[in-house]
Amino acid sequence: MTSETYVVAYECVEDDDSVLDYAIASAKKTGAGLHIVHILEWSPYTFLTPQEIEERHGRRKEELTRAKEALLDPAMARVKAAGVPVDGEIRYGSIAELVVAITKEVNGTMIYVGRSGMHSISARVFGSVPLGLAQIAHVPTVIVP
Amino acid sequence: MRFNKLFPALVASLTPAPLMAQSLDETINTIFADYTGWYVSFIFAPLPGTTFSWIALWLVVGALIFTGYFGFIQLRGFTHSIQLVKGDYSDPHDAGEVSHFQALATALSGTVGLGNIAGVAVAVGIGGPGATFWMVIAGIFGMATKFTECTLGVKYRNEYPDGRVSGGPMYYITKGFAERGLPGGKILAIIFCIFTILGALGGGNMFQANQAHAQLSGVLGDYPGWITGIVIAIVTFMVIVGGIKSIASVTEKVVPFMGIFYVAVSLIILLMNFDMIGWAFGQIFMGAFTGLGVVGGFTGALIQGFRRAAFSNEAGIGSAAIAHSAVKTKEPITEGYVALLEPFIDTVVICTMTALVIVITGVLNVDPETGLYVWNAEAGRISTQGEVAGVELTSAAFASVFSWFPALLAIAVVLFAFSTMISWSYYGLKAWTYLFGEGAAKEIVFKVIFCIFIVIGSAANLGPVIDFSDAMLFSMAIVNIIALYLLMPIVKRELSSYIARLHSGEIKRFKG
Repeated sequence: MTSETYVVAYECVEDDDSVLDYAIASAKKTGAGLHIVHILEWSPYTFLTPQEIEERHGRRKEELTRAKEALLDPAMARVKAAGVPVDGEIRYGSIAELVVAITKEVNGTMIYVGRSGMHSISARVFGSVPLGLAQIAHVPTVIVP
Repeated sequence: MRFNKLFPALVASLTPAPLMAQSLDETINTIFADYTGWYVSFIFAPLPGTTFSWIALWLVVGALIFTGYFGFIQLRGFTHSIQLVKGDYSDPHDAGEVSHFQALATALSGTVGLGNIAGVAVAVGIGGPGATFWMVIAGIFGMATKFTECTLGVKYRNEYPDGRVSGGPMYYITKGFAERGLPGGKILAIIFCIFTILGALGGGNMFQANQAHAQLSGVLGDYPGWITGIVIAIVTFMVIVGGIKSIASVTEKVVPFMGIFYVAVSLIILLMNFDMIGWAFGQIFMGAFTGLGVVGGFTGALIQGFRRAAFSNEAGIGSAAIAHSAVKTKEPITEGYVALLEPFIDTVVICTMTALVIVITGVLNVDPETGLYVWNAEAGRISTQGEVAGVELTSAAFASVFSWFPALLAIAVVLFAFSTMISWSYYGLKAWTYLFGEGAAKEIVFKVIFCIFIVIGSAANLGPVIDFSDAMLFSMAIVNIIALYLLMPIVKRELSSYIARLHSGEIKRFKG
């Protein structure tokens, strides 16, 4: 039984696992467990064609399977191999809002997020996930470069 | 700048010999009129002593019966409908599935279009402002029809092993009839599918392509319709056969914004004429019961209003049940609640906006001495400024305030027409696969036929062909509403169970 749970907002851009490495190192020091969260960006207010609507349920299944096999499972295996208790989930929604909501659900005490994507044009215009988290998170948030 | 002035040689080289085209049109028209004229006359036959077609009455009576049977669900369930669309009752763990909002928006993009722009102008032009009142009343009653058909659409949909979800009247007719031990479900479903395929090729395709070309040639100048047809057919082909999702996605994103923009411009015009809003509503209410000089008076207003509402929001046709059936919900009745917003948005909001703008901008000529509308006996409608009717009347009304509006309206009409075609290609395909089975080869046959009909629709002046396909579209309502009458006890059972669980707290609210 670990005393604390750290939430890792995991994206794994270009095989950069620095956020995961840093979270593992921190968890080892404090004896905390990790809860890895991968969010697939999704809004229920977008517009779809009838064909897309018909195929949506199947596509969602495919997307979840792909994300689990390509991202979550390998990440969880790495954490386990490091001897840190780990749990994980894949969800759909607005990334920053959902990471905060999940942190509340699992009583997380810290959020770890990568800095990836902060320099893109869209991030400059609309704000990036790390900046969004920094603004709305209710627990300390570590932005890993 | 006119297209034919820009590219005169191109247009000349592309133009087929008029005589040949005419004779082909005429030949097809004659054949169609000879063989199908009786059916068209039957479907659109007026009730004795009126100009009100029995099919419109069939839709309105159906709406009244469903309204009574479900205890004015459109009024008592309206707030809950909004809550469902907002996602208040959606489990966050189901995110990524089709939301209620998405199903509603997609269904709306299939119905919002010419009916809201041209149809309303026809109703107000013939029936006077009072037609608006009856249009709104018919729209409100139509909400109960959509509630019924879309609940059944979700309840009896098919879920395939690969995760696809689809449904529609053909499935609830087959499965629902079997569940209730009623005979003839399979045959009725087959008849419905035949009507749907022909309606999709006609009202959902040729008519749209024809009107899109009329709009484009109005802005660009006269040029052969088959050019428009081929362009639209290629784009449609890329979407429905080539699976080029980006075009469809762009359209599906642009169309709702066009709708919102249309309502926004209407509201601006109303706000600019704020002092006249009371007067306009006065005209609508007075006209509803007196006609305000319109030939036919109260009856004329009522007939036009009811007819246009029924033709605009497609309540009872069965198309919405196909569009709504893929939503992610464990409770079919929730999609019924959401679908009842469709006639509200389509008819009560958007159609009323068009009507108010036409009335307020003063494009309908009023006799200054009597205060009554001037009747143009020759045209069979109210005299208007410039003596225009239909979509041109709407365009003129908006142009009287914003001169740039007609060009934008033309673009909107073309986009609305395109999105309606995409929707109806899907409805037709679902009916096609019900009849002939699933499979890439079978599906591509229908899709190619659909694209060919786009070219025919915009190139030819095939009045009887389009009339026949329109008749098919409304024939869908004959079969569908019969099925709804027979299956409505199932919907009532669902509704009672849902309301009881909602009140007991068993159905959880996730936000709000």
